[in-house]
Amino acid sequence: MAKDALSKKEVIDRYFLEHRAKVLDIAAFLDRVDRCHEDDDDFRIEALRSCIGELLSTTEGRAERILLLLSDQTTEPIDQAGTKGASGAVPPTT
Amino acid sequence: MPYIDPHIHMVSRTTDDYQRMAQAGCVAITEPAFWAGFDRSSPQGFYDYFRQLTETEPKRAAQYGINHHCWLCINPKEAEDVGFAREVISIIPSFIECETVLGIGEIGLNKNSKNELIILEEQLALAEELNQLVLVHTPHLEDKLKGTLLIMDAIQNTSLKPDRILIDHVEEHTVRAVLDRGFWAGMTLYPDSKCTPQRAADIIEMHGCERLWMNSAGDWGPSDPLAVPKCRLELASRGHTQELIETVSFENPKTFLSQSGKFIVD
Repeated sequence: MAKDALSKKEVIDRYFLEHRAKVLDIAAFLDRVDRCHEDDDDFRIEALRSCIGELLSTTEGRAERILLLLSDQTTEPIDQAGTKGASGAVPPTT
Repeated sequence: MPYIDPHIHMVSRTTDDYQRMAQAGCVAITEPAFWAGFDRSSPQGFYDYFRQLTETEPKRAAQYGINHHCWLCINPKEAEDVGFAREVISIIPSFIECETVLGIGEIGLNKNSKNELIILEEQLALAEELNQLVLVHTPHLEDKLKGTLLIMDAIQNTSLKPDRILIDHVEEHTVRAVLDRGFWAGMTLYPDSKCTPQRAADIIEMHGCERLWMNSAGDWGPSDPLAVPKCRLELASRGHTQELIETVSFENPKTFLSQSGKFIVD
């Protein structure tokens, strides 16, 4: 097993500004959506809000748990592939 | 230090990319057959594509000292039409003896449909029949977890040995299951939709680097043909040893690919 090579302070020193910027990107994105002043919900935004809730966890494994939140949890093959693309969150019809 | 990019779609990249990859230390690549961004109108289109993979790209790569190998299949995005897919599959055996063809790939699932699964199973059967290595594509984003599990179940219904199969595009939620079932696992370094170099380095720190490799999967979409050297730099900047970096970016792909008996790296 490869050991983490950096100390906590080194990790924060190295990556804090990058992730501060990413948090601001998320905030600005949600503001941008709100400025559209359209009331209809979008499953992707709802999924993103769930992920943001997971970020508040104090337990290691957040990345894996967020990926699980964004994953289709069904187990059977679907009848037909209606599209080729993926949306990044589970559409309500799945 | 030389490196191998074991999954990249050079048919979609410029010759400048070959040059930059060579300058960064790339000595060998493998190129799986994939979706071109549009559905081909006939099986003949795949015949021409397989010629491009086996004849044109090795010459283009050789100009920069890079050894080029490939994998052949029909990709899951064009597998929904079972009859069409079977016609493409019928072409593969005539190419399989080419000296740079390493196996069947990248087969797998895209939307996890019944027809995709049928064609996956038929290509696994072809790999069994022809005793080929297999490179597996796992689905994108929300479909990855389910698809990865369906694919591993399908493989385990065959006689194929897990250590001759690489399951690609793993992320934090799939890597452990893939490794625990004895498969090789590939991390694809994408800016948005798969692992960043930083997350790939995290995965190595959490899961070790046994049976694990990384690749750029550079293609016609958002991707970076220099992603592997960037991840190597990320690991080095965190203080990881040259031995670990060499294991995950050179020795591991060399070990897996050499099982084909055809893989050459200078």
